[in-house]
Amino acid sequence: MEVARIPILQIENYLVASIQTALHDKAATQFRDDLLERIYATKARGLILDLTAVDVVDSFLARLTGDIAEMAGLMGTAVVITGLQPEVAITLVELGVELRGVTTALNLEKGIAALRKMVEKENTYDTIG
Amino acid sequence: MTPSAEQRCIPVKTDLDIVSARVEGRNLARDLGFGTIDQARIATAISELARNIILYAPEGKVTIRAVLSDDGGTGIEVVCEDNGPGIANVELVMQDGYSTSSGLGMGLPGTKRLMDEFEIKTKSSVGTKVTVRKWLK
Repeated sequence: MEVARIPILQIENYLVASIQTALHDKAATQFRDDLLERIYATKARGLILDLTAVDVVDSFLARLTGDIAEMAGLMGTAVVITGLQPEVAITLVELGVELRGVTTALNLEKGIAALRKMVEKENTYDTIG
Repeated sequence: MTPSAEQRCIPVKTDLDIVSARVEGRNLARDLGFGTIDQARIATAISELARNIILYAPEGKVTIRAVLSDDGGTGIEVVCEDNGPGIANVELVMQDGYSTSSGLGMGLPGTKRLMDEFEIKTKSSVGTKVTVRKWLK
C-alpha cells in the first residue's frame, strides 16, 4: 500500500523531519528507512526529529524513535528529538517506555543548538584522531 | 455501572485500524470532557491494546463507549476482544518487561497504569478480552 511520505528537509549539514500526522506502523517503518537513506545520501551530520504535532506516542513509535537514534548514531549522525508535548511525556513515563540514549530538546531552536554542540564535539575528536 | 446507548465498534485487522481506534477513543474522551492528558492516556492505552490484537490474534475488535458509575460519575470504557490463542500465563504478561513478540513487553502493565480500571479475561484457543475504564474526575 502507498503510504504518505513525511518530508525530510535539509538545512546546512542537518536534516529536519517533523511528523505531522498520526503514523500507522507501516508508514512509521517506511519513515525510518527514508530517514536513514537520506542521511546516507546527504552525509548529514545531524538529524532533528520533531514530534511537536504528535499527540500519541505508544510503545511502538517510542521504540521506533529510539531505533532511529541508534541507527543514525551507527552511521555517525547525531539525533535530537524535539517538541515532545507534556501529555506525551507523561504517558511515556506512565507506560514505562524509556527513550534510553536519546537526546531531547524542548523545541526546534534548542534542538539545533544541542545538535551543533554534539557535532562540534565530534569535530574535536576528528581533529585529534 | 450503566452503559450509554451510543457505542463505537472498530474492527481491528491491520495497523491502520489501530490509528482509527485511538482516534475514536480520543474523540469520545474529548466529547465527555476529559482533559488533554487523559485523552492522551486513553488514546495510548487503546493503541497498545489494539496492537496486541494485531500482534497476537491477529484480528478482533475495539468497542468504545461512555459509561456511568453507580455514584453517577462519567467514564469511558474500552473493550478489546479477539478470538486469538489466548494468554497462557496472565500473571507473567502483567509483569513489566515481559514479552512474547516484537513488542516492548510493557503493553499490558503500562496500559493498566494509564487507566483507572483494568480487567482481563482470557482462555486458551478461545481468545482474550481486555476491558479498561477511565473516570472523569
